Amino acid sequence: MTTVSARPGAPARYHPWVVFCCRRAARLVVSLFVVVTASFAMIRLIPGDPVRAALGVDAPPDLVAAERHELGLDRSLPEQYVQYLPRLAHGDLGVSLVTGEPVAELVRARLPATLLLAVLAFGCVLVVALPGGVLAAVWTRGGRRPRTELVFTATTSVLAGVPDFVLAAGLTAGLAVALRILPAAGDLGSRSYVLPVLALALAPTAVLLRIVRVETLKVLATDYVRAARAKRLPAVRFHVCHVAPNALTASLTFAGNLLPALIAGTVLVEKVFAWPGIGSAMAQSVVAQDYAVVEASVLVLGSSVLLVNFLVDLALALLDPRSVIRKT
Amino acid sequence: MGVITLVMLGSLVVLAVAGAVLWGQQAGRADPSAVLRAPTTGHPLGTDRLGRDLLARLLAATWPSLLPAVAATLLGAAAGITLGALTAVVDGRAARLLGALITLLLAFPALLVAMFLAALFGAGTGGAVCALAVACAPGFARITQTLAAQVAGTDFMAAARVLGLRRHRLLLRHVLPHIAEPLMLNTTVAAGSSLVALSGLSFLGLGTQPPSYDWGLLLSQGLDRVYTEPLPAVAPGIAIVYAAVAFQLLGEMLAGAAARQARPHPVDEPVAHPEPVAHLVRTDRPASVDHVLEVADLRVALPTADGVVRPVRGVTLALRRGEMVGLVGESGSGKSLTALAIADLLPDGARATWGRHRFLGTDTESLSGKERRRQLATGMAMVFQNPASAFNPSLRIGTQLTEAVRAHRGTPRAEAVEQALAQLRRVALPGGRRLLRSRPFQLSGGQRQRVAIASASMMRPGLIIADEPTTALDVTVQRQIMDLLRRIRRDDGTAILFISHDIALVADACDRVLVMYGGTIVESLPAPELAAGARHPYTRMLVASVPDLAAERDHPLHSIEGGPPDPSGAAPGCPFHDRCPHRLDRCAVESPVLSPLGPGHEVACWQPPAAAPSHGRRENEEAQK
Repeated sequence: MTTVSARPGAPARYHPWVVFCCRRAARLVVSLFVVVTASFAMIRLIPGDPVRAALGVDAPPDLVAAERHELGLDRSLPEQYVQYLPRLAHGDLGVSLVTGEPVAELVRARLPATLLLAVLAFGCVLVVALPGGVLAAVWTRGGRRPRTELVFTATTSVLAGVPDFVLAAGLTAGLAVALRILPAAGDLGSRSYVLPVLALALAPTAVLLRIVRVETLKVLATDYVRAARAKRLPAVRFHVCHVAPNALTASLTFAGNLLPALIAGTVLVEKVFAWPGIGSAMAQSVVAQDYAVVEASVLVLGSSVLLVNFLVDLALALLDPRSVIRKT
Repeated sequence: MGVITLVMLGSLVVLAVAGAVLWGQQAGRADPSAVLRAPTTGHPLGTDRLGRDLLARLLAATWPSLLPAVAATLLGAAAGITLGALTAVVDGRAARLLGALITLLLAFPALLVAMFLAALFGAGTGGAVCALAVACAPGFARITQTLAAQVAGTDFMAAARVLGLRRHRLLLRHVLPHIAEPLMLNTTVAAGSSLVALSGLSFLGLGTQPPSYDWGLLLSQGLDRVYTEPLPAVAPGIAIVYAAVAFQLLGEMLAGAAARQARPHPVDEPVAHPEPVAHLVRTDRPASVDHVLEVADLRVALPTADGVVRPVRGVTLALRRGEMVGLVGESGSGKSLTALAIADLLPDGARATWGRHRFLGTDTESLSGKERRRQLATGMAMVFQNPASAFNPSLRIGTQLTEAVRAHRGTPRAEAVEQALAQLRRVALPGGRRLLRSRPFQLSGGQRQRVAIASASMMRPGLIIADEPTTALDVTVQRQIMDLLRRIRRDDGTAILFISHDIALVADACDRVLVMYGGTIVESLPAPELAAGARHPYTRMLVASVPDLAAERDHPLHSIEGGPPDPSGAAPGCPFHDRCPHRLDRCAVESPVLSPLGPGHEVACWQPPAAAPSHGRRENEEAQK
């Protein structure tokens, strides 16, 4: 009677959690496969000869041929793919076309800096937007304080429209070059994190603030909030226990989708701040036409995004167990 | 807001068209004598490596920046919308496959996909546009899929399918027109993000290639010398933000226009009494110690899209300790708003006024806000109509039962749990502590309503307002719930205001019945008299409309002709006069006041027809047989 019953009519052979985890894992595997195949295909599908492009137009033909042989580009595509997968499994990402150094080394050295930047920015987004959005909703519900609402809407829509790399350039010009408050580039201790994190986090914060506010307004209009209001609980308890959990589970789904976008967004921001991460490596390689590094960066960033997506889904399912039953 | 948006968009269009014509030549003219100049009056933004004027280049770049963004958005929207709309018209299996494909594509951030494809297609404007179109298509596909699923579930789609319409016709004629508006809104917003993404690609060196230029490339070139000269980097950034914000505002404006059609106007005017009625209401009646609740001349004004409506217009009622009073009336008669006004739970924007409001022997006017909240919290409880939505889905039942006593009485947790268990036993719910640990969605509707009643009686309040507590439940559960309410009234001496549209249920369960029509109480009488002694024409028609098992099946069911009165309450006279068979000339002009007729019987009618209606007589005859 008071136990969780499976969806009526559905075959109750497996626990919903098992079904849920299996489905998510299957989706992860399929999408990882897509990323691996795409990164494999990239260097081979690029119009023209990437090896010649990397070595320069005037490179001697036998050097180009030797390099092609070294990379295995002179064999048939299926043959190359069969070789590619086991090498990937051993963590071999090939060598840079320009410097000849192993790409895996580069990734190992630079990925932590990128992830740290993305995670810090994500943390800032959550810390500011979740309570901020709830407060904004409580202040402006039912058409109260129309001026505050106008200011909120205008500010967040302008901030949400500011692209991270433009903001990064503006922050560099303003705070680092003109005012000399903060270091402009590179990773030189904790102070140098401020500008990149700020540039990455500001626009997603504005977006999430609006989403949290809308979700909170929805919750404030529900019957169960009216029922809770009838109990005249202290304002803090009322908002923290009755309003926030329901508003935040819906908002966290959106927030979870922001983290992958933040990881991708680091590419542009890292270029501005010369941040020693994987994104700036990718940007430099694009200019140098070093497609082996671009390929590896796409692979690494894509897989990180997928992995993060998977973890976010699991975390959301733990927070809101009903979604597991609903989605499976 | 609207004006600003239009000015911003207009300036962009003018710049896009005129920019290349007016400044194109100047932007391309290299001046070897003035390379990398700082901003001067001749060159407000300075010059670049070849001595070209940066302001001219910035203005001339409007067209090459905006056009690819719009093109990429339109291409992506076309592809995505087609993919998403297909899910609505193909068969189940194909639709599921398409859905899975969209989910898979959405897992990759658009920017990363665009970078990958731009590198694949070769750096250049064409490649970047194609890459971006592909990258933004899944987002469009998902939105279209969601919107189309709503359309696919509608009756007219089912009808169209039964008629055997071909798929592409179904898509073009039935699905797309119904979702066009939100899609256009989404396209506007996406154009802004495309502009940003394209600039980002150019900034990375994957988009526009020199000697062509757009804002992204100008920003990238400016950034190389940002340490010496910030302006060449900041100016293109401002241009990108300006355009992005213009698109964003356009989206907001469209969304706002769509939402405004449904949003009500707030009550601006202080709710003044429209007609002076104070002299009609007997506020001089002595306050009775025995009364739990006394309300005189309660009025509620509610703002809507069509102006202020007044759903409650001068309700006067009183409940004695331990009395169960039924409040009946048809939908829209103002019963629920009366209850919410008494409980001070009116929706945002609604305003209540009253001539007198005494609760538990204290005048509410004399209490401070805090005292009033405390009095309402401990003295009054509510049971709502829909038990499915009356509990917070994310909190355990135990928390929701005990939090009020803990907050207002300071009861320790263990003691509060014991009290809750006692209340659950009283409402005949087995399960005890296990039930307290469960969440609302694990209970059935009947169980939830029992928990709601247990929760309402936790404080042993003086008054429980039950707003249609049985309407959402089936008949056997209805009876159990009524029994529970009666028992709580008997055990605790709690007064119960029972709101319902079911006059038979009310006559059966309550001591006294208040009949509400058009925002006023038209009759108040003891429940046993309802069947035979009702005097107001509306009450009698209501009683006559109840079918009973003895009713002859050949006779048509009684119904009340006409519709409910105008909710704005502007019309003078008795609210029932145009449906009333006994109306007088006076009824259309002057509104009758609730006046005593007999012991415990009051009616608001200028000439109440004599008692003994046909329905009651027939019941008596049945009883005699």
